Amino acid sequence: MNKKKALGSLAAAAAAVLALSACGNGGSAEAGKGEINYWLWDANQLPAYKQCADDFHKANPDITVKVTQRGWDDYWGTLTNGFVAGTAPDVFTDHLAKYPEFVKNKQILALDDAVKKDNIDTGAYNSGLADLWVGQDGKRYGLPKDWDTIALFYNKKLAADAGVTPEQMASLTWNPQDGGTYEKTIAHLTVDKNGKRGDEPGFDKDNVAVYGLGLNGSGSGQGQTEWSYLTGTTGWTHTDKNPWGTHFNYDDPKFQQSIDWFAGLAQKGYMPKLETTVGASMADTFAAGKSVINAHGSWMIGQYTGYKDIQVGIAPTPTGVNGKRSSMYNGLADSIYAGTKKPEAAVKWVEYLGSAACQDVVASKAVVFPAIKSSADKAVDAFKAKGVDVTPFSQQVKDGTTFLFPIADKAAKVDGIMKPAMDAVVSGKAPASSLTQANDQVNALFK
Amino acid sequence: MTTLTRNATAAERTLGRPVRRRGQSDMKVALFFIAPAMIGFIVFYLVPTLRGIYLSFTEYSILGDPTWIGTANYEAIGKDPLFWNALAVTTQYVLINIVLQTALALGLALLMHRVAKSTLIRGTLLLPYLMANVIAALLWFWLLDYQIGIVNYFIDALGMPKVAFFGSEEWAIPTQALINTWRHMGYTALLIFAGLQAIPGHVYEVANLDGASPWQTFRKITMPLLRPVLALVLIVTIIGSFQVFDTVAVTTQGGPVNASRVLQFYIYQKAFTESDFGYGSALAVILFVILALVAFIQMKFLKGNESDLD
Repeated sequence: MNKKKALGSLAAAAAAVLALSACGNGGSAEAGKGEINYWLWDANQLPAYKQCADDFHKANPDITVKVTQRGWDDYWGTLTNGFVAGTAPDVFTDHLAKYPEFVKNKQILALDDAVKKDNIDTGAYNSGLADLWVGQDGKRYGLPKDWDTIALFYNKKLAADAGVTPEQMASLTWNPQDGGTYEKTIAHLTVDKNGKRGDEPGFDKDNVAVYGLGLNGSGSGQGQTEWSYLTGTTGWTHTDKNPWGTHFNYDDPKFQQSIDWFAGLAQKGYMPKLETTVGASMADTFAAGKSVINAHGSWMIGQYTGYKDIQVGIAPTPTGVNGKRSSMYNGLADSIYAGTKKPEAAVKWVEYLGSAACQDVVASKAVVFPAIKSSADKAVDAFKAKGVDVTPFSQQVKDGTTFLFPIADKAAKVDGIMKPAMDAVVSGKAPASSLTQANDQVNALFK
Repeated sequence: MTTLTRNATAAERTLGRPVRRRGQSDMKVALFFIAPAMIGFIVFYLVPTLRGIYLSFTEYSILGDPTWIGTANYEAIGKDPLFWNALAVTTQYVLINIVLQTALALGLALLMHRVAKSTLIRGTLLLPYLMANVIAALLWFWLLDYQIGIVNYFIDALGMPKVAFFGSEEWAIPTQALINTWRHMGYTALLIFAGLQAIPGHVYEVANLDGASPWQTFRKITMPLLRPVLALVLIVTIIGSFQVFDTVAVTTQGGPVNASRVLQFYIYQKAFTESDFGYGSALAVILFVILALVAFIQMKFLKGNESDLD
């Protein structure tokens, strides 16, 4: 670690020297051409963006883009090291949970001038996506590239065996008191070692062979794929306002009641215990036929539909307390590193990434939903051509039943408090009312 | 000091003449030989340590400049339940790891010394140690997985309830302590084995002639003569054990809840995940002090710098 840092600062010093000499020769001409570095974390999207980079180079022969993919786990640490050493990529895929800190530390560039100068129409993006990237200072720090929502993946064969039809799956209801038809269906899909279903007398909840609902984790403070699609229907919101909330609402009885219901599924034997989910991923245990329904994000479509010999259906999340569906709506964007030597070239590339030309290419690969409306429709068609109906994901955006990923300062610290607190509740070690104390700790961060 | 004098007299005896007094000219040569180690020590240990101590009195998010806040970090740590939890969890880990590891390693070393003379068998004992820590952790992470691990498959086949080795609060730390015991046992045994070989054979012959039982020989001869080596081994392994990180980082990441949030992982979390390098540095300084105290007490108590072989 230390060695890396020492080397990094050496490199930074060398770069500074180079930059100084470059300035002497008229730096502005250099700022618009040469090689720029671009990072992303999702390997599934690498081919699409490589093609975007090639197309971009054809249109701008004096700029080449080097695309680098790094796994999520290394991505942010390496990026921070790059900021400190001055070697961060010129342009990188940015996340809503991370960018507030980068803005605060002045590590990413505002794009307002470029957007104004080049007449970028932020209305072309799906509603709300562009606004997510406007910081507390009112400046824009990223151009949207894609979005994701939540839906239910289910094992078609196991559902059919239980007599649950796709129509039933598409019209589930939920409430925090008795769980509605969502809980009834989950219970019915659960099978113990003796072949007894979860809603039959004599069901052995301690020896379950197939769980009705899979469990990914406790969800920490966001519950993006775990429980936010349920709590979102109760009128509960994570923070007082979004983006840039400064008060969290984990002490709300509506929320705690919903979480108690969720944790209760594991106690009833309808969902795996949290302790058994450390290790093998939820998707892999789904592929092994050990759970029937998995609530997960649209970025997992490729993985779920890619398992051999498993027929996967996709259903929308259940309608909840307010009679509507609900899904968290998260969007990624591309940001520019403040220390880039080629800001003009970087801006050009970011604008290209945010344009229909590149997003149509991404759409054609059928891996994610691009941010531009027309491109997103093309992605839906591309998925359909592959035999996958993804409307349960896109419908929520069309119907306006989504809510935005909670953006707040100090996300890492909030996570540091909420992860253990939520783990304790979902594992049944503490009641949901214990979250009130965690909520006090979280809110104390903003005082 | 005593050793130095003894070596000098020994040198005098072999050379048959008094050793030349060291002149000023030797200094340059000495520095030349020490330099590589010295530069490494200064650049990679001394400077980071001093900087770490400085940072522990600041608020520092790595981007931007550190601000001096006095002892505020230390005061906050005193009141931080997660720090005390980390200390308890780490101690639990060290106790399980060291007690088992040392006992097993001593047994293995005795077997190597007395029974298994084949280099192949002795070498095999060292195999787990040749594996990278992270690989060993990942290997066992899969073997012990609740859903698809082979160990739980056999447990299930025997009709016993499956165990969430990494997922349950009771098992998370013992499991990781056992994994690292498995990995380090052979290496520790090798160190003790070297100590056993240093015990002169004639001592055992005399004990044998006097009719000492194997147990008496072990207690009255092997253990006392092995003490300096054992003290060294304990100091090194305890320090290593307190610094457990990689196993936790690739498996449970501090969870479930806080059951495996060991001190090193908590430091990492504070500094690198939450960008609170000041707080993380203060935690690291506390760990440094704890380890220095532990090593000092052991040296004192076990008299690791003296030998009974005189």
